[in-house]
Amino acid sequence: MEGVPLLRVEGLCLGLAGGPFLLKSVSFHLQVGEILGLVGESGCGKSLTGLSCLGLFPPGVIPLEGRVLFRDQDLLSLSTEERRRFRGRHLALIFQEPLSALNPVFTIGYQIEEVLLEHRGLRGKAAREETLRLLAEVRLPDPEVRYRNYPHELSGGMRQRAMIAMALAGEPEVLVADEPTTALDVTVQAQILELFKELRARRHLAFLFISHDLSVIQEVADRVAVMYAGEIVEEASREALFEEPLHPYTRGLLAAFPRLGVRRLEALPGQVPSPGRWPVGCRFAPRCPERKERCVKEHPELREVNPGRKVRCFRR
Amino acid sequence: MSMLVLREVEKSYGLRSFWGQGARLSVLRELSLELRKNEILGLVGESGCGKSTLARLALALEKPDRGEFYFLGRPYWRLSRQERRRLRPALQAVFQDPAASLNPRKRVEDLVTEPLKLLGVPRQEAREQAVEMLSLVGLEKELLPRFPHQLSGGQRQRVALARALITRPRVVVLDEPTSALDVSVQAQILELLLELQRRFSMSYLFISHDLPVVLYLSQRVAVMYLGEIVEEAPREVFLAGGRLHPYTEALLAAVPGKERPRRPLWGEPPSLLRRPSGCVFHPRCPEARDPCKEERPKLREIAPGHRVACHRR
Ligand SMILES: Nc1ncnc2c1ncn2[C@@H]1O[C@H](COP(=O)(O)OP(=O)(O)OP(=O)(O)O)[C@@H](O)[C@H]1O
Ligand code: SF4
Ligand code: SF4
Ligand SMILES: [Mg+2]
Repeated sequence: MEGVPLLRVEGLCLGLAGGPFLLKSVSFHLQVGEILGLVGESGCGKSLTGLSCLGLFPPGVIPLEGRVLFRDQDLLSLSTEERRRFRGRHLALIFQEPLSALNPVFTIGYQIEEVLLEHRGLRGKAAREETLRLLAEVRLPDPEVRYRNYPHELSGGMRQRAMIAMALAGEPEVLVADEPTTALDVTVQAQILELFKELRARRHLAFLFISHDLSVIQEVADRVAVMYAGEIVEEASREALFEEPLHPYTRGLLAAFPRLGVRRLEALPGQVPSPGRWPVGCRFAPRCPERKERCVKEHPELREVNPGRKVRCFRR
Repeated sequence: MSMLVLREVEKSYGLRSFWGQGARLSVLRELSLELRKNEILGLVGESGCGKSTLARLALALEKPDRGEFYFLGRPYWRLSRQERRRLRPALQAVFQDPAASLNPRKRVEDLVTEPLKLLGVPRQEAREQAVEMLSLVGLEKELLPRFPHQLSGGQRQRVALARALITRPRVVVLDEPTSALDVSVQAQILELLLELQRRFSMSYLFISHDLPVVLYLSQRVAVMYLGEIVEEAPREVFLAGGRLHPYTEALLAAVPGKERPRRPLWGEPPSLLRRPSGCVFHPRCPEARDPCKEERPKLREIAPGHRVACHRR
């Protein structure tokens, strides 16, 4: 699957106007048909990273440096209107709470048809047929009925499927999925994860899949990037990351994660520092069992230690 | 010895007129559960299955419509008000969202000492005990003057724990106590819960939607589906790979992290408003047969300590 990456984020820094950095030098790429998992604890900057890929920034948050390249187009150099058109057509977003993506006063069918009109110029019978096809593709039961339903008439799992159908309507090549199954019951989560794998296989969709749940990442991702305090601290293939984690934070997270049948958890002491309180040296240093003097003074770079394997730690 | 027993309890709530006058939503049906001495009993189930209703009954916050609730061997709701008040401090709760369960206008010191003050413990002594309790849950006494919003999620949950434990309860009901926490903080709290339980010989009813967490912490586990316990067994039984209730098997198979051997369970739990006839699980059960639609399976013991409600087990 190597080749020119579909999406490249290069040296992205975000900050609050007049305030601290929120993301620092975030770089990664995404190949066609690949699922890149982005994992880390609350407040590490996963959602901001995901939004940046779509050229979106919450109010007050500004891009300070870096590029977000889709093929060769830098999203950050586009006007707001151009970005809006780019989104939906090339990249789309799915997030945890479908209710905030779906408009409560319009039917599911109507909302999908709006996307079809905007991005693909479909209307009338053609739009209706394509909508029903999309609803069936995401395995929403009784598409004809759901087409006429309002969001509140669907269960949580069905809403998530409807939001996925809407995201697919513009035939994007990249889906940014931010905690897409976190609010769902496990049995429903399992169905949605299967659906993502199917979509990837059928449509060669690439995913930036964001989750705080290591086991979800382990199940769906081909490659994984681990974030801590606004930066990527490790990047590896799924196998390498779970079999031989390198960064002390990744190791700590894995040891603290309650897997099925695990006998003993090792609690990682402390907590993620919030922006503005990042230590000057290695940001993980206050919690790191392998800390040395240098770690407190200098900030480690993300280094490639093996092909495709990167780690931000002096001791690797 | 039983610390807490629910025997064939039923609980339903009145619905608004939309469904017609006098319509009732039956949440718990003939549910029985026993929490033993020094035991951690896990209760797992998906959203809306009635876990929190069960927690309220187990905490004696609500009275069952039918059935019995015994606490420390006493028929709680048949006791006098005064006797009930004497028992209360021995039964405490910790909830999911400490931000919501801790009064935002009270300082840590007041939050932690409040249960003691209600028991008439003098202020100075209550304060000393609070300091001791805080250190037991891993907090420094510098936090005493702080308000909940000045604490992290993990610190707030530790405060909630200190508040629950300060009366030295015999039973603690924990309803999703780590669900709002980060992985690393969750592991810290789980470890703390285990340590305190051993130290004070308490019993926990640990309620969660997270099967791996429940299996990590508990000695015995009960699985709940649509207001009923469908299976109950020692922890090891769930991990041994033998036959379990079809719903439990589906829950285990749905735990992410591995390639799934078979297709995930289709559909979502139906709402309590449309509780299926016969076996509550039959519309989603891959093994359902005709009798499952009509006859409700009883919880039967199929091996020592292992009870299942299924016609085919
Ligand atoms: N609009 C904003 N204004 C100010 N700070 C913000 C804003 N959005 C995010 N932040 C801060 O940036 C940091 C990263 O936030 P982000 O939402 O990306 O984290 P996350 O990794 O997605 O966390 P979670 O797992 O909780 O979703 C956090 O500390 C957050 O408080
Ligand atoms: S650089 Fe030092 S403190 Fe940071 S993770 Fe590596 S060993 Fe730990
Ligand atoms: S009783 Fe029938 S429907 Fe219910 S779980 Fe057993 S096999 Fe499935
Ligand atoms: Mg987020």
